[in-house]
Amino acid sequence: MSDIVEKTLTALPGLFLQNQSVGGPAGVKTSFSSRLGGLVRGITALTSKHEEEKLIQQELSNLKATVSAPTTTLRMMKECMVRLIYCEMLGYDASFGYIHAIKLAQQGNLLEKRVGYLAVSLFLHENHELLLLLVNTVVKDLQSTNLVEVCMALTIVSQIFPREMIPAVLPLIEDKLQHSKEIIRRKAVLALYKFHLIAPNQVQHIHIKFRKALCDRDVGVMAASLHIYFRMIKENSSGYKDLTGSFVTILKQVVGGKLPVDFNYHSVPAPWIQIQLLRILGLLGKDDQRTSELMYDVLDESLRRAELNHNVTYAILFECVHTVYSIYPKSELLEKAAKCIGKFVLSPKINLKYLGLKALTYVIQQDPTLALQHQMTIIECLDHPDPIIKRETLELLYRITNAQNITVIVQKMLEYLHQSKEEYIIVNLVGKIADILVLNTVDTYAPDNAWFIQTMNAVFSVGGDVMHPDIPNNFMRLLAEGFDDETEDQQLRLYAVQSYLTLLDVENVFYPQKFLQVMSWVLGEYYYLLDKDTPEEVLTKLYKLLMNDSVSSETKAWLIAAVTKLTSQAHSSNIVERLIQEFTISLDTCMRQHAFELKHLRENVELMKSLLPVDKSCEDMVVDASLSFLDGFVAEELSQGAAPYKPHHQRQEEKLSQEKVLNFEPYGLSFSSSGFTGRQSPAGISLGSDISGNSAETGMKETNSLKLEGIKKLWGKEGYLPKKEGKTGDETEALPVPQESIIMENVDQAVTKKDQCQVLTQSKEEKEKQLLASSLFVGLGSESTINLLGKADTVSHKFRRKPKVKETKSGETTSAHSMTCSYFSSSSNATYEDDYYLDALQDRGDKELNKFSLNSELLDSESLTELPSVEKLSNCKLSSSPSLFTDNNMEGFHPSQSTAPSVAPETSLASSLLEETSEHMHSELVEVCHNETISVSSYKIWKDDCLFIVWSVSNKSGLELKSANLEIAPAENFKVRQ
Amino acid sequence: MQFMLLFSRQGKLRLQKWYVSLSDREKKKITREIVQTILARKPKMCSFHEWRDLKIVYKRYASLYFCCAIEDQENELITLEVIHRYVELLDKYFGSVCELDIIFNFEKAYFILDEFLLEGEVQETSKKNVLKAIEQADLLQEEAETPRSVLEEIGLT
Repeated sequence: MSDIVEKTLTALPGLFLQNQSVGGPAGVKTSFSSRLGGLVRGITALTSKHEEEKLIQQELSNLKATVSAPTTTLRMMKECMVRLIYCEMLGYDASFGYIHAIKLAQQGNLLEKRVGYLAVSLFLHENHELLLLLVNTVVKDLQSTNLVEVCMALTIVSQIFPREMIPAVLPLIEDKLQHSKEIIRRKAVLALYKFHLIAPNQVQHIHIKFRKALCDRDVGVMAASLHIYFRMIKENSSGYKDLTGSFVTILKQVVGGKLPVDFNYHSVPAPWIQIQLLRILGLLGKDDQRTSELMYDVLDESLRRAELNHNVTYAILFECVHTVYSIYPKSELLEKAAKCIGKFVLSPKINLKYLGLKALTYVIQQDPTLALQHQMTIIECLDHPDPIIKRETLELLYRITNAQNITVIVQKMLEYLHQSKEEYIIVNLVGKIADILVLNTVDTYAPDNAWFIQTMNAVFSVGGDVMHPDIPNNFMRLLAEGFDDETEDQQLRLYAVQSYLTLLDVENVFYPQKFLQVMSWVLGEYYYLLDKDTPEEVLTKLYKLLMNDSVSSETKAWLIAAVTKLTSQAHSSNIVERLIQEFTISLDTCMRQHAFELKHLRENVELMKSLLPVDKSCEDMVVDASLSFLDGFVAEELSQGAAPYKPHHQRQEEKLSQEKVLNFEPYGLSFSSSGFTGRQSPAGISLGSDISGNSAETGMKETNSLKLEGIKKLWGKEGYLPKKEGKTGDETEALPVPQESIIMENVDQAVTKKDQCQVLTQSKEEKEKQLLASSLFVGLGSESTINLLGKADTVSHKFRRKPKVKETKSGETTSAHSMTCSYFSSSSNATYEDDYYLDALQDRGDKELNKFSLNSELLDSESLTELPSVEKLSNCKLSSSPSLFTDNNMEGFHPSQSTAPSVAPETSLASSLLEETSEHMHSELVEVCHNETISVSSYKIWKDDCLFIVWSVSNKSGLELKSANLEIAPAENFKVRQ
Repeated sequence: MQFMLLFSRQGKLRLQKWYVSLSDREKKKITREIVQTILARKPKMCSFHEWRDLKIVYKRYASLYFCCAIEDQENELITLEVIHRYVELLDKYFGSVCELDIIFNFEKAYFILDEFLLEGEVQETSKKNVLKAIEQADLLQEEAETPRSVLEEIGLT
């Protein structure tokens, strides 16, 4: 359409006259439509928005007078309607004309009716009350013998129709499915599609008729029925599996060019029908191998037939790739689809690149190697000037986040976050960052406490006002529950406290309310960790915030709760006194209540301390819900002749049985009300009055902890596992050199980039990108080395080294003591394996496959008696360690930092280990070396896909080990530090 | 498809079709936002834009922007072709269409759109069939100016 001549509006009047003289449909104009022309020209001539408004208001009042005048003919009405539509489009209210639009559709001849229907479809929305007035007109027109009238009626029904009136027209429309004219049949099918959308149960009984439409001899009718089938299959795919064959056959015919040439679009056969069919097949074949097998052929053909010469073939290809990845996988097809994604990603056209990224985003979990193949393109897209490309790239990175690349990815996301202003994007991005951070436990994904807290600070500062409330709740829950390591938890909390104190020191900075709430909770709970005598400093800060007008009253409630908690630790404080004075006369009843509670609690320090215990936010408060302390009182009253208490529902039942009337209310209701009235029972009141401060405080305390409850538990004791794949951080450190080589090799693998990359590696910019790539794709790298190897040998065993260092710790902890035991020899098979691993990384191909088998033979044949002699070849240095690494998680490839002190003797430890892995082949426990304080033993476990070497380090002395340092020679190849 | 908007380079709305039920105020707000963001985009940028949870697919033809809002799982590229097909139809109908044709005959542009898309879905993929349907209606319209009996004869055929 590039040949469209751009005509400027300045040339308007002349052109308008010209237009009128031109023949054909465009030139057909009545004298009335020039009034619209006049209006348009009038508006164009104006210079200011104000003038336009004046003109249109005047126009509208003229129109209002005209349409309501009895002398106005229908023909004039039609013209008025067009002008009304125009005014509405410009954003002015023309609601006075709505009723006239319906009248026009009802009374006008064809010409006027058409405009009337159009005006109705543009003016009214689905639930507009006037729409009911249209139903009769539609019914009349559906019964008309005039094709055009029927068409118009069907068109309006497919656009807008009151749901409750469907039965009035449904039989008429059903009849139209048998109409001789294909256009009528097609429109009838679409009208039923509309009904299916707004009231699916109303058209359930005619599902069989849709099948007839699917087999219609007219392509248009068949294509229309695909819309219905797409919806129905989306809702319930299992009910339509029998149609798979038909859809496949239709698609084969379409792809084979069997349809009339009219349906071609730029010489591509019926692209819309192809895409709709591909989407349907994708839904049908999902998780269903048998159904998927039926479509492999036709999908293969679609992939092959799509010659890339036009956008529309890319559209089909994209849908095809989507389908191939949604159905039950077939490796051959997946390979072809992956190649297609490559075409998208590497395309110079920005639209195709975007779709390539989108495709990568949804296949990345199935096939992480694809991200590696295109890593340089992804890096380029990360700095793309078009924000949508950037965003899609971030989305992609978000899906490949792991322990190694988390800092880089989060940093990129934060950068984007700071640039964006749109609320929707901020909410979305903040949610994703928090998802990565809070849902994945700190000790596995986030590198350290400082980073974690600071990143969360950034997230709260930017998105605090708009973020999902789960985020702060999850964050506080995380802090409160902590991880397995108590000292680590305390450090995290302490860091949070310190960081918030620093933030609050900054003058004239306004933090979002949610952030302030989080701060006040953390300060209230964990300020004691600072070990200061009085919380005076923090109280001053909280007081300042409380006096600040920009702080919302909800936040103030959080703040005063924090103050209350702090007061229980150090009750004599001037600030608290001032605060109480200030707020007991506050106009905000809620604040006044809190202030009074605080005031009364302060008078009873013991009560306050038991109510607000330090660091007990995770523990449940014991509330005596049965009110047993009132038992004596009740007994006394009963003995004095008081009537026994009856619950509400019992009373109601008695009342009903007395009245002998049927209970029309559902029984559930009476039960739910019993709980409600329970609160009004005398006992409840007396509780409130007796210990008002107490109960209120309990309530407050409960709300604090309640907010943390009921949230999906997303991290377990072992950390958030789903994304825990690949190898551990230790191994990354261990293999810095091969890591580089992986990346280099992967870049080489990208076919078109091959030569380019080698030239560019010299340039500094490229080096930076490489560096970024290595940090982004690091987690995937190691894993996919194996996957890449898998291309040569799909059943290659994954040899991964999993160090398991176990240590028994004596009960008493004495002064720090460090020691070095040198010349410990490690088991030689580790060395073998490491060599293999490195070799595998450096050169891949058939050669290494041989080597692989050789190595594994060596490992297998190696008898245990030979072991000690070979061990001497390598040496292992060992210092000691402070924390216990008891890795009881076989799947996680890293030792989790748990503190559970296992004082079990060495032998039982070993036996438990052996037990744990008894289903796998394993060697005997062999003591590798020992001295008077430490002994190291090792044994091997063969699993299907990997070999584990377990070292147990046991401490025979009663001393605490300071740090463990494990080195295996040749040290330049492999190093493990813990 | 959720809605379709046509607007000029100056930001003047030329055509709007909503396939979702929204209040007038909401529609106005959305239109204003989208027109602003799309006009601010540079010519070399991607034809797709994320807006709230929707994708805006747009293309500029001379002085007119055609823009469609689709859901995330829909195919962006085919939506571009929907726009293109619509422009082709307008071009064929008006004969080398320009913005002015659409301004002065916007009701015709609506009629064509309603024959091509219904409820946000492509109704008829054959260009010939769409134009045939429009011409048929136009022809009858002209006949409608003449006495009713003639019209009924045609209607009966």
